[in-house]
Amino acid sequence: MPVFKSRVDTTSDAFARNRADMLKLVDELRALEARAVTASNRRAATFEARGQLPPRERLARLLDPGMPFLRLHSLTNYLLEDEDPESSIPGGSVILGIGFIRGVRCMVWADDSGIRAGAATRGGWLAALNAQEMALRLKLPFVHLVESAGANLMEYTVELWADAGKLFRNLARLSARGIPTLVVLHGPSTAGGAYMPGMSDYVVGVKRNGLAALGGAALVRAATGEVADERELGGTEMHAAVTGTVEYLAENDAEGVAMARDVLGRLDWNARLDPPHRRDYAPPVHDPEEIAGVVPVDYTVPYDVREVIARVVDGSDFQEFKAGYGPATVCVQTSIMGFACGIIGNNGPFDPAGATKATHFFQLCDQADIPIIFLNNITGYMVGTEYEHAGMIKHGSKMIQAVTNVRVPRIALYIGASYGAGNYGMCGYAYEPDFLFSWPNASTGVMGGQQAARTMSQVAEVAAERRGQPVDAAALKEQEAAIEAIFGRQESAFYTSGRNLDHGVIDPRDTRRVLGFALETSLEARRRELKPNSFGVARM
Amino acid sequence: MTNNQTRIGSLLVANRGEIALRVMRTAREAGIRTIAVYSEADAEAPHVEFADEAVCIGAPPVAESYLRGDAVIAAALEHQADAIHPGYGFLSENADFARAVEAAGIVFVGPPTGAIEVMGDKARSKRRMLEAGVPCVPGYEGEEQADTALIAAAAEVGFPIMVKASAGGGGRGMRLVETEAALPDALKLARSEAENAFGSGHLILERAIVRPRHVEIQVFADNHGSVIHLGERDCSVQRRHQKVVEEAPCPVMTEELRAAMGQAAVEAARAVNYRGAGTVEFLLDESGEFYFLEMNTRLQVEHPVTEAVTGLDLVSLQLAVAEGRPLPLGQEEVRLQGHAIEVRLYAEDPAQDFLPATGPIHLFKAGPEIRVDAGIATGGEISPFYDSMVAKVIAHGDTRDEARRRLLEGLGQTALFGVANNRDFLIDVLGQETFARGEATTAFIGETYGEAGWNPGSADAAVFAVAGALEHALGQRAAARESAVSPELMDFASARDLATMRRYPQGDAMTSVVVRPDEAGAYEIEVEGESFKASVDVLGDSAARLTLDGAHLALSFWLEAGGRLHLALPDRTLSLCDYAALGAAEEEAGGDGLVNAPMHGQLLEILVAEGDSVARGDRLAVLEAMKMQHEILAAVDGIVKRISAAPGTQIAADTRILEIEPAEET
Repeated sequence: MPVFKSRVDTTSDAFARNRADMLKLVDELRALEARAVTASNRRAATFEARGQLPPRERLARLLDPGMPFLRLHSLTNYLLEDEDPESSIPGGSVILGIGFIRGVRCMVWADDSGIRAGAATRGGWLAALNAQEMALRLKLPFVHLVESAGANLMEYTVELWADAGKLFRNLARLSARGIPTLVVLHGPSTAGGAYMPGMSDYVVGVKRNGLAALGGAALVRAATGEVADERELGGTEMHAAVTGTVEYLAENDAEGVAMARDVLGRLDWNARLDPPHRRDYAPPVHDPEEIAGVVPVDYTVPYDVREVIARVVDGSDFQEFKAGYGPATVCVQTSIMGFACGIIGNNGPFDPAGATKATHFFQLCDQADIPIIFLNNITGYMVGTEYEHAGMIKHGSKMIQAVTNVRVPRIALYIGASYGAGNYGMCGYAYEPDFLFSWPNASTGVMGGQQAARTMSQVAEVAAERRGQPVDAAALKEQEAAIEAIFGRQESAFYTSGRNLDHGVIDPRDTRRVLGFALETSLEARRRELKPNSFGVARM
Repeated sequence: MTNNQTRIGSLLVANRGEIALRVMRTAREAGIRTIAVYSEADAEAPHVEFADEAVCIGAPPVAESYLRGDAVIAAALEHQADAIHPGYGFLSENADFARAVEAAGIVFVGPPTGAIEVMGDKARSKRRMLEAGVPCVPGYEGEEQADTALIAAAAEVGFPIMVKASAGGGGRGMRLVETEAALPDALKLARSEAENAFGSGHLILERAIVRPRHVEIQVFADNHGSVIHLGERDCSVQRRHQKVVEEAPCPVMTEELRAAMGQAAVEAARAVNYRGAGTVEFLLDESGEFYFLEMNTRLQVEHPVTEAVTGLDLVSLQLAVAEGRPLPLGQEEVRLQGHAIEVRLYAEDPAQDFLPATGPIHLFKAGPEIRVDAGIATGGEISPFYDSMVAKVIAHGDTRDEARRRLLEGLGQTALFGVANNRDFLIDVLGQETFARGEATTAFIGETYGEAGWNPGSADAAVFAVAGALEHALGQRAAARESAVSPELMDFASARDLATMRRYPQGDAMTSVVVRPDEAGAYEIEVEGESFKASVDVLGDSAARLTLDGAHLALSFWLEAGGRLHLALPDRTLSLCDYAALGAAEEEAGGDGLVNAPMHGQLLEILVAEGDSVARGDRLAVLEAMKMQHEILAAVDGIVKRISAAPGTQIAADTRILEIEPAEET
């Protein structure tokens, strides 16, 4: 098959401008991520004084050196609890991701106890819930490095408490599905948090600092008047000998993590996993690095999504499906890192032909059991009499129905706009894709801010005309500005990612690697047969 | 002298280690069937593997195997050996053995017994040399052995003076005495060491030649009246009178001096009706005067440097002479070409006063473009029963400096992991200015490294960077083997938050190393605030190529199952272990007050009693092992609680000697 012939001039001004714009956004992403690292590192001396390792070193030691790590929800909680863009720290005091422990693909969660002692945040806990759901779906052993002050009572919300119950429910579900769960108790895990070790299949407790108790010393004093010693109450040494809640007792954080690796390694988790069917493949002919210059950050500036696809897929080689029918909707059959996949992209809004083509394509992928990748740059389905008469609603509906019900892995990326029902047809957040990542230039919402503002002005103008009143142009202008501000604030990828409306924001130049990783992970889950049981493994 | 010629079709080598292998290699090339002998400790040793046939001749201690002439001869008869080659050490200079071999109708590849007897006795040989006009060091070699007689003789010879065991060799029983007052003590010690080592306390005295070179002449004599010399070897670099570096030619040699020394050596050989390979050792002082020291009636350890510069195979010549054939070349046909240097690789810890070491050989690998005569192999073990020299490394070049550089390069790529060894010390020696200029005398090691001895110093940040980068690459490789991840995804972290972090304890300090993959597939490494850029290419299970800040580096490594990483860098061998992998036991080693024998040996003395209060560094006991005495020092302050071993007994490595109740920390 032919290699895609790129029309992009990498020496052009437009390319250079696009690249500069995109890299600036990537820098912003990295700067936001760095906020959490900086904040956490301020506590380095405290960790050292306690004989502890900082959370990132615990995680680094947990994971296999140099094996891939797909971070999840790195921007969670951004602008959520602290709405000030200058001070809001993304990350939600959790570090989540899919990585490898002794060659086993795992979901890991490390409490970032360098930030407010690892106290729960709304975004962080909901992100952790997502991670648990992904672990269930992707059959990934779940490993949690625990050190959390629990919920901050000064910022208590009833919803957070209510939702947090799912964290424990999910541990029970994982265990029952035959997916091992493991906790390393590096520090305190009190109140509800005590069920984190209590409900995990394996608990490694670190001496001196690890702690699990339903009520900490302060709560016990308040509740019963008992003056209890914290270590006596819930120290790991006590749990290892008295309650049996700790299986493995470690001298220090490093040994605790080493023990966790050892336990995971001894499961021989990959012994019953067949190797993947990976075809021989070549890297893209067109350098993935060029993506930054190919795509304008302003979604209103048109470009050919096939230029992106060519910089993602094996050998820059793909077969276009129904190229001449509904041409604004691009469907291709191709492969990434040796795994066959279908990709859908957008060179314009969906029209009836495009929606019909997409539906056909999704069903074919489902029939052939081939994963689908959705490259979202969609402003929506066409409107207007002509399109309504052509059955736009019907064609859009069958497309959304297909997207919902295909039985293959679905991986979505927001690479530009993703608006309205177009987002639904392209497997947006609500459609629970297996993986959903955004580029930093992505913009999502019910519609673009400008369009929303113009729509509202139009409604006002029509109303005024009907009442025979003059239009207050100044007021309309003000209203347009206000609407644009509301939309503008909420449509940015950093904002939506802070609210867990995706799994994270990535550098567009990493697209091939993120997709390759996601495909590998989804397909591995399909090959893996679990041995479920009815009730999960009870702690004895 | 006879002219009877015999053909040697089979050869038993009454030795072990590198020399057994070396002799058998030549024999095999000549189509001779080879027969090895071995002790129970050497059942899987390389020389046994190599030989066509092998015979176990007894228990591990040398007295029960390699020194048992009767067992060796029985083995030779049983396997129909035409000849026995004794190698060096063991039975090689034992006239009784040589006689018994010949009585059994077997050819002894060595000199006539008479020559062995004369040269084996320092006093007799010196008298014989004086008669033959060979220059000797002024001294006393009389039969009268009373202290008074020796002290009187010493006063006549003059100080400083050397006290030597008459039957000695290899530096044992030798004492340098600076003043008359120190003489009585020295006599006592030398006598007891000589008795222990050689069964005879007979001593001789010699004036100590200050800062001499040790220069020896290789001679060869056949049964047809031909005696030639193959030039000299300079073996000045010694410690405790054991040779460490040997070279040919001697850096200060002149044609005239060589002719004179060669002539003296040939005279010495003729004086004892010599036959075969022999070495006449001289001391060469700064004025160019030389003095006969002794004659070694066997193949020398350092013979390869002579082979390198002459292009001859000395073992092959030995066999020719033993078969009664004439030497294939005359004196005028001996050509010396270029320069060769040999170093001896010992299993010993140069940083701990060269304490011999035993242990498993995780990896032994020789560098390129050098000759390596080794008696060990990967997967083997160094036992406490035999000499700690495990290999010789030899380089040849057109010039001395070329040979030196080639040897440095080859040693830099030689690795021995699992047991302490002197590789790094040898590299340091070869790199010393004094040595490079060819000015090293027998005083070189003492003058260069002083009382405290050689200390490799703490590893610098770059070494830790190398270790970190390698751990990263090895960890990655191990994990990748367990999973099916695309190679494209290696080192990929979507949020750039991937790192390998290690903390390596070294002495009292902890060095933390952080390795981060960068965008270009290389690593950014931070070692306690210092930054490096590296890339790693792991080649197999024990070799890697690295670039560190642009410099290319080939290294050998070994990763133990427990996580300890051994590294052989061009100038340094190192073993590192992240603190998480250090077992609590290892961490507390020595700190718990339990004092165990560091190696197999005889416990000579316990210097403390139960209830004694000791301080860190105090002498606790003396162990004799591997022919050396080792002091065992206290690792902690405290009170001696219990003594578990008795002086005078033979104890195995790790046997408890005593227990110290550590003092409470303040």
